[in-house]
Amino acid sequence: MTKTKLFALMGASTLGLMMASHAVQAQQSGYLSFLIDNGPQSVAVAEAWVAAYTEANPDVTIDIEVRPGGGEGDNIVKTRLATGAMADVFFYNSGSLFQALNPTQNLLPLTDAPFQANVQDSFKSVVSAGGEVYGAPFAPAMGGGIFYNIPLYAELGLEVPKTWDEFMANNEKIKAAGKVAVIQTYGESWTSQLFVLADFFNVLAEVPDFAEKFTANEAKFATTPAAVRGFEKLQAVFEAGYLNEDFGAATYPDGLRMVATGEGAHYPMLTFGVGAIAETIPDHLQDVGFFAQPGDDAAKNGLTTWMPDSIYAAKTTSSPDLAKDFIGFIASPEGCDIRNEAVGATGPYMIAGCELPADVPPAVSDMLPYFAEGGQNAPALEFLSPVKGPALEQITVEVGSGIRPAAEGAALYDEDVRKQAQQLGLEGW
Amino acid sequence: MKQRTSIIGGFAAIAATFVVFVIPFLFIILMAFKDRQQSALRDFSWPNGFHLFDNIFEVVKTRNWMMITAFINSTLITVVSVTLLIVFAAMVGFVLARRKTRFNGLIEFLILAGLMIPPAVVPTIWLLQGLKLFGTLHGMILIEVAYNLPFSIILYRAFIATIPRELDEAAVIDGARPLDVFFRIVLPLLWPVTVTNIVVQSVGIFNDFTNPLYYLPGNGNATVQLTLYNFQSQFSTAYNLLFTNILLITIPPLIVFLFFNRQIVAGMTAGAVKG
Amino acid sequence: MTAAAAPALKAQRRSLYPSWFYAPAAVIYAVLFLAPTFASLYFSLTRWSLSSAVFIGFENFAQFFREPFLIQGLVNTVVYAAISSGLKVVLGMLLALMLTSQIMGRGYLRSVIFFPVLVSTVGVGMTFTVLMHPTNGMINEALSLIGIKGPGWLVDPKLALFSVALVDVWKGVGLATVIYIAGLVAIPKDYYEAARIDGATPLQNFFYVTLPLSRPATATVITLSFIGGLRTFDLIWAMTKGGPGFASDTVASVIYKQYQAGFYGLSTAGNVVLFILIAVLVVPLTMFLNRKQGFE
Repeated sequence: MTKTKLFALMGASTLGLMMASHAVQAQQSGYLSFLIDNGPQSVAVAEAWVAAYTEANPDVTIDIEVRPGGGEGDNIVKTRLATGAMADVFFYNSGSLFQALNPTQNLLPLTDAPFQANVQDSFKSVVSAGGEVYGAPFAPAMGGGIFYNIPLYAELGLEVPKTWDEFMANNEKIKAAGKVAVIQTYGESWTSQLFVLADFFNVLAEVPDFAEKFTANEAKFATTPAAVRGFEKLQAVFEAGYLNEDFGAATYPDGLRMVATGEGAHYPMLTFGVGAIAETIPDHLQDVGFFAQPGDDAAKNGLTTWMPDSIYAAKTTSSPDLAKDFIGFIASPEGCDIRNEAVGATGPYMIAGCELPADVPPAVSDMLPYFAEGGQNAPALEFLSPVKGPALEQITVEVGSGIRPAAEGAALYDEDVRKQAQQLGLEGW
Repeated sequence: MKQRTSIIGGFAAIAATFVVFVIPFLFIILMAFKDRQQSALRDFSWPNGFHLFDNIFEVVKTRNWMMITAFINSTLITVVSVTLLIVFAAMVGFVLARRKTRFNGLIEFLILAGLMIPPAVVPTIWLLQGLKLFGTLHGMILIEVAYNLPFSIILYRAFIATIPRELDEAAVIDGARPLDVFFRIVLPLLWPVTVTNIVVQSVGIFNDFTNPLYYLPGNGNATVQLTLYNFQSQFSTAYNLLFTNILLITIPPLIVFLFFNRQIVAGMTAGAVKG
Repeated sequence: MTAAAAPALKAQRRSLYPSWFYAPAAVIYAVLFLAPTFASLYFSLTRWSLSSAVFIGFENFAQFFREPFLIQGLVNTVVYAAISSGLKVVLGMLLALMLTSQIMGRGYLRSVIFFPVLVSTVGVGMTFTVLMHPTNGMINEALSLIGIKGPGWLVDPKLALFSVALVDVWKGVGLATVIYIAGLVAIPKDYYEAARIDGATPLQNFFYVTLPLSRPATATVITLSFIGGLRTFDLIWAMTKGGPGFASDTVASVIYKQYQAGFYGLSTAGNVVLFILIAVLVVPLTMFLNRKQGFE
């Protein structure tokens, strides 16, 4: 039940009915299980939503289950869907990972749910399959790019780079000053993919139809120079010796800590890292800025964006109406407000009526111009194509630690992609 | 002269094993006593202050007291599956050692196959799902029984071969039924190898990580090993909690060790070498 | 159980060793182990989503062997199994010799060597991951005290697999030792007496008496640890997840990754490959070890 509907009901009602509005609001009852990933943000915001929703609907019980993130989490979600043991509602990625869930068979369509009217079409497109919409955004949009330490930039008199050469020149100065220029954290291998994934705006700037051709098995990473650039950039920062000494063993929290406290200058990451910094190192939140991964041409500087993760309902749920109502609550302006309060604002929302608070951290305000009028952005490849190889993170660890040259890494990834496309049974592979 | 070398050798051995085997455990214990800041250094230092109880409380209450659920589940799985293993394996071992038929060769082949063949994971999931056992404790228990039967049977068969046949035959003349003979006479005689079975299998099943990872998804079904694994990312900046968790799940094996130290060595070797 | 016992009531004349004693074990084993094993032979030939399977012939196997890291993974698996079981044989024998001699502190020594066997593999893996951290780990900090710059145990692609194998040995050598102790204790004293009369040196004693006569123990240690090494998953997964990159991938971790990615048919094909690998290596090995044992 959305708020607007509730107001309409209340407006039409008599005083007596208004006094009974609590009863109207509490019409939902029943039980939902709710599976979320174990990121501290997900846990905090899910708990806040459940608390608010069950306060408004005292007859509803919602149990939060927590799963690990990354490949481990993908596995749990897939297995539980395939075995019919999925929770009623759950968080999961949108885009290609969503397509791999076999949505038409496993998920409850939410196309006609009233809350979809407020959801942006660009988001709907990444949670749709077979003409139905299956998800609703539960987080703001993100950018993939590079966090930088603002005090360190000020101290060394550096400017935010618009081209890759400027970026490397900055790195050289930072290294000369005895600091870590680029932080990498291959102890958690998923973090190694950023230089490749976040370079996609630059790929599209040169090859606008790369995504379609890639999906159709016509364009390859290894044979598209613009697409190999991402791998080359990864190799370049390693070979120049810009990385932190323990890059092979450091973890994601290490990386955030280093860029926030100025132990290192740059950390390629998705902007959701802002939330984790706010949570674990709040004193340094104001010290972290953000810029898009620069390409070769300053005139074509733009941000690779990530659609937010989505909340879905399993087709096997025994209370579909309650599940839809709960999802609608999360995807409402009220839900956004609760999120802002619980974990802070990390980027622009995909829901009409959701507002960012005035005092966002610098890393978020640095990102907003790319989304605003006249700014340039493009979605990451995984939102334009269902094809995404599962071994990219191992390959980028190899390229990023000098085990495998960039060109070979790109070719190997093409192999991995082919395997996934064949397993998905896509046309033309 | 000989005396002296053995003393020197003894000291050297004690020092070397202390460094190699004891220090890692001391490291775990020290880390579990530290607070978050100090544990972040990950060094071998004396804790500043006593934080063990705070850490334990913190670990246990994480994710809605999941640790408690996990301990209950792991204990249930371990106790029930070891009980079933002992009864079923002893029955097979008893008949296998006593009665020679043309099927013995096939049975022994199946037992060896069970020791060697890696379980076919995904088909097992598919089958468990068909039996409505996937992701349930019953299913997990039956899996543990199926996978560990061969080893238990081998231990039992080897041991039963050393018990004189006259004992069970004497019982029959007294008019006892097979099941009585087995439970009243044979099984008690097997106590030494049963202890070995209990120790080896309970430790193995309690510490099992791979099978619950595959067959037992879901929070309600958490086991202690999976809980530790899943907490790893949550505790990635809190090494004190990570090591407190490791310390907690090391306690049950420690108890087993303290109680059964002698029997483990005696029984394990008896079974292993004869088998 | 008691209900099943009812038919046996009037079975006075039936065998004391009734065949139905096999039944409970046989049912569980057949349903949960044999059936999936046979099913895997079929599903490894399909593209499979658990709910539907499309027959694609040997495509999965072709894919599996095209997987550029699989060859590496196969080699890694064998290397890992050989190193860990080899070291367990050598160290287990040496430790057992030490513990059966008149050394002081035997009880303590045996306890500390054996205890890691009982501890959670995942816990051990996590502990050593912290201890082996390249810059912050205790091992390298201790090495730097004596002026050695320690290697990147788990992050150097050339070392990662060996480091994990070393931890495997650390955890498993206690079991090998205990098996050897039993083997050594079982050697009749007369042999040593005879050797002493012949004037044998301690080294001759070892090579001509101890080593041949502890062959059953050696066979047990090799078989147990070699099969264990080939199937190893939990330690590798807890320490490196097959990384850095693919440097410490084994067949078992490759299987798990395919499963994780939802490629169930492919994962099952990997299972069949692992099964064949074990059969090809272990069957001749055990036949060799047992044949020798027969001579004794």
